[in-house]
Amino acid sequence: MEALSLLQFTFDTVLGVTLLWLAWRALASENLFKGIVLFIAFGLLMALAWVRLDALDVALAEAAIGAGLTGALLLVALTRLDSKQVTDKADNKIDEAEVDGPR
Amino acid sequence: MDPDNNNSTLFRYLLIAVLITMTAGLVYALLSLPLLASGLSFQVTQNLQLSGVENPVTAVLLNFRAYDTFLEMGVLLLALLAVWSLGTLPKQRETAPGEVLNSLSGLLIPILVLMASYLLWVGASAPGGAFQAGSVLAAAGVLLILTGWQLNEKLQGLPLRFALVAGLSIFMAVGVVLMLFGRRFLEYPPSVAAALILLIEAAATVSIGITLVALFSGGRPESEQQ
Amino acid sequence: MSAVFVYSLVGIGLFNLGLYALIIYPHLLRKILAVNIMGSGVFLVLVALAGRTASGVPDPVPHAMVITGIVVAVSATALALVLMLRVSAATGQPELPEEK
Repeated sequence: MEALSLLQFTFDTVLGVTLLWLAWRALASENLFKGIVLFIAFGLLMALAWVRLDALDVALAEAAIGAGLTGALLLVALTRLDSKQVTDKADNKIDEAEVDGPR
Repeated sequence: MDPDNNNSTLFRYLLIAVLITMTAGLVYALLSLPLLASGLSFQVTQNLQLSGVENPVTAVLLNFRAYDTFLEMGVLLLALLAVWSLGTLPKQRETAPGEVLNSLSGLLIPILVLMASYLLWVGASAPGGAFQAGSVLAAAGVLLILTGWQLNEKLQGLPLRFALVAGLSIFMAVGVVLMLFGRRFLEYPPSVAAALILLIEAAATVSIGITLVALFSGGRPESEQQ
Repeated sequence: MSAVFVYSLVGIGLFNLGLYALIIYPHLLRKILAVNIMGSGVFLVLVALAGRTASGVPDPVPHAMVITGIVVAVSATALALVLMLRVSAATGQPELPEEK
């Protein structure tokens, strides 16, 4: 049993170091798209960490919401950000009229 | 990589020093915690058969701390309200989805819906439950939107809003009805607890799925008439 | 038991990494990424410390809190992203304006 717990400890340490390294690379990436993709990978490895900690419900929720949905949200926002930087105040004026409208 | 020239190197080194001190303090606090601490697990296992489900996490989420889950539905709705108040749906680009996306989503979406129903049902005895099922439904909805699907005009007004508030309202309705029967708010009698939890979870799954998809869309739907 | 130790340290590391990135980078999308990573670090510490029970079955109350936390974090991220798009549309760049 000693070998099994040593193996588990090694796996946990490798997973932990990979999580930290992925997080650093995602935040410090020169390209935002790369950073978001690394963040999705980080979320999937977090789901693995939850499984190691016997938190299976949390693992399901993290894989679906934390990795999948947050990643999709960030990618769509990045696309809209890049396309909006081409248009300027003209787009903004239309939006403001909508917001300050009869509602 | 250099972030910006606004932050001088002195500021960055000072920040790193402060953060290292904070990390050291947190690690010290962590290491001085007791090695064994049962928390509330003993109380949960003792009262598990009164809760109506066998999965302890579902029991905590939907029975023992049901009020927290109720308020969480409110938080989701509040975030959606805030997103809707900031603007209308962004214009979708008129490109056709590729072959891979089309065929894959045709295959995956029914499977995802099936998986969501399974997760909802099995949440009573195994890992699963309303949040997991709702997020899988949201994944199916996001796939739908990415293929260029748009909600039918007739369904964008009142039916959409009914579906969004279904989880919160059924939660509140169950709680109030229980109060009318003489119990406290959200205090389930053990005989009907399982059925009530399943009812609340079903409504919550639909609500969570649709709310997350609406948050992904990023704006309120256009309506022709005010 | 060693899993508890390893993952809670990793959680503390993630929190501080995210805090550093939150302060240093001016781009709003990076700040949102940093806040998400800080949140993941906190969740790791919570769930790791929940595994310290004597019976081996982890304490389910922190699990429930973290599930709630994940859902709240995604809705806050969605709102923050829409706000970032509005700031970018209003000022032309996705960074907070410098004080004069």
